[in-house]
Amino acid sequence: MKAKHQRLILALLAVAGIAGAGVLGASALRDEAAYFRTPAEIAAGKAATGEAMRLGGMVAQGSIERLGDGVTIRFVATDGKASVPVEFTGIVPDLFAEESGMVADGRMRADGTFVADRILAKHDERYMPPQMGDMPKGVAKMAPKT
Amino acid sequence: MHAYANPTRFLAIARPLTPWLLGGGLLLLMVGAWAGLALVPGDYKQGETARILYVHVPSAWLGMGGWTSLAVAGLVQLVWRHPLAGIAARAIAVPGMLFTALCLATGSIWGKPTWGTWWEWDGRMTSMLVLFFLYAGFIALTRGDEGARAGGALSRGAAVYALVGAINIPIINRSVVWWNSLHQGPSITLRGSSIDGALLWPLGLTLTGFSLLFGAIVLMRMRRIIAENRVTARLRRLADDEEG
Repeated sequence: MKAKHQRLILALLAVAGIAGAGVLGASALRDEAAYFRTPAEIAAGKAATGEAMRLGGMVAQGSIERLGDGVTIRFVATDGKASVPVEFTGIVPDLFAEESGMVADGRMRADGTFVADRILAKHDERYMPPQMGDMPKGVAKMAPKT
Repeated sequence: MHAYANPTRFLAIARPLTPWLLGGGLLLLMVGAWAGLALVPGDYKQGETARILYVHVPSAWLGMGGWTSLAVAGLVQLVWRHPLAGIAARAIAVPGMLFTALCLATGSIWGKPTWGTWWEWDGRMTSMLVLFFLYAGFIALTRGDEGARAGGALSRGAAVYALVGAINIPIINRSVVWWNSLHQGPSITLRGSSIDGALLWPLGLTLTGFSLLFGAIVLMRMRRIIAENRVTARLRRLADDEEG
């Protein structure tokens, strides 16, 4: 066997080893590297009351209500499987809206409400011209989703 | 393959190719930037801020594509010891790092009005920042080392580093699928695009334009290293002649 072939086999073995280690590491990080938890995970009891965490989900349609003090809002975050009521005092990003994704920093209160200190809007992967976005819901849904 | 590893044969192709890549790249970029910034409508939800994607997406693609080619060059250096592989890896590192930085910067500028934050430690952003540091490490490792003074070959350590760093590329690509992330999922996949055709076509122009420009920069940097090698060799010969 030529030295060149030996080096090729060695290098390919090393690359396979590195790739394997990377995949193992990445899958071990699956839960730890999550940027936020979903309402379903919270419903499954993965969040202790008072523990600082992030909650991500869609803002349920028709759920945003403004409280009497003018700066506090309440809405329901959902992932289709479970939903969590959220309360937040402050300014939300421009793109925060019903039927749109959001991520909230905060903690669960004993009564099952998530109290957020900060809210970020999550954008989805769809981009389209305004005319299409303004179309009635049924038509806009025909636009490619993923 | 051996034929093109010869610097003289490489130069015979690279010399006429450079101006075409450079000119074509700049032309496509100008048309693409004009179309993306002025011609097509903004996004239905984000409005005008969505236009940054015409720079952000090509930068991300080149940052990741740059390291992929750098790793291939590292492999070729390790196994076949082609003189051009190390030169190519050295030439790719700086523009690769530049485009990675451009990707991070444009992403941050877009994140503030869209998400409401400049920076978050989610999977996509963190792995992209790791790529930036990988480039910085490679440049620090190879700049002014023994190989830089003698022909441009990579040391075994640098070539192995390039290969090991490549594991980050699929991680960046999959980060938004594997982990809950603030960054949205992939818009363009093998199955199609969730960016509407009306907004998509300038991206094709800027993507090709930036890629051609990247190619031109890499060829110019490779030619510079080869020219430097020749000057060094000639000076050494002259010095030997004087002594003799």
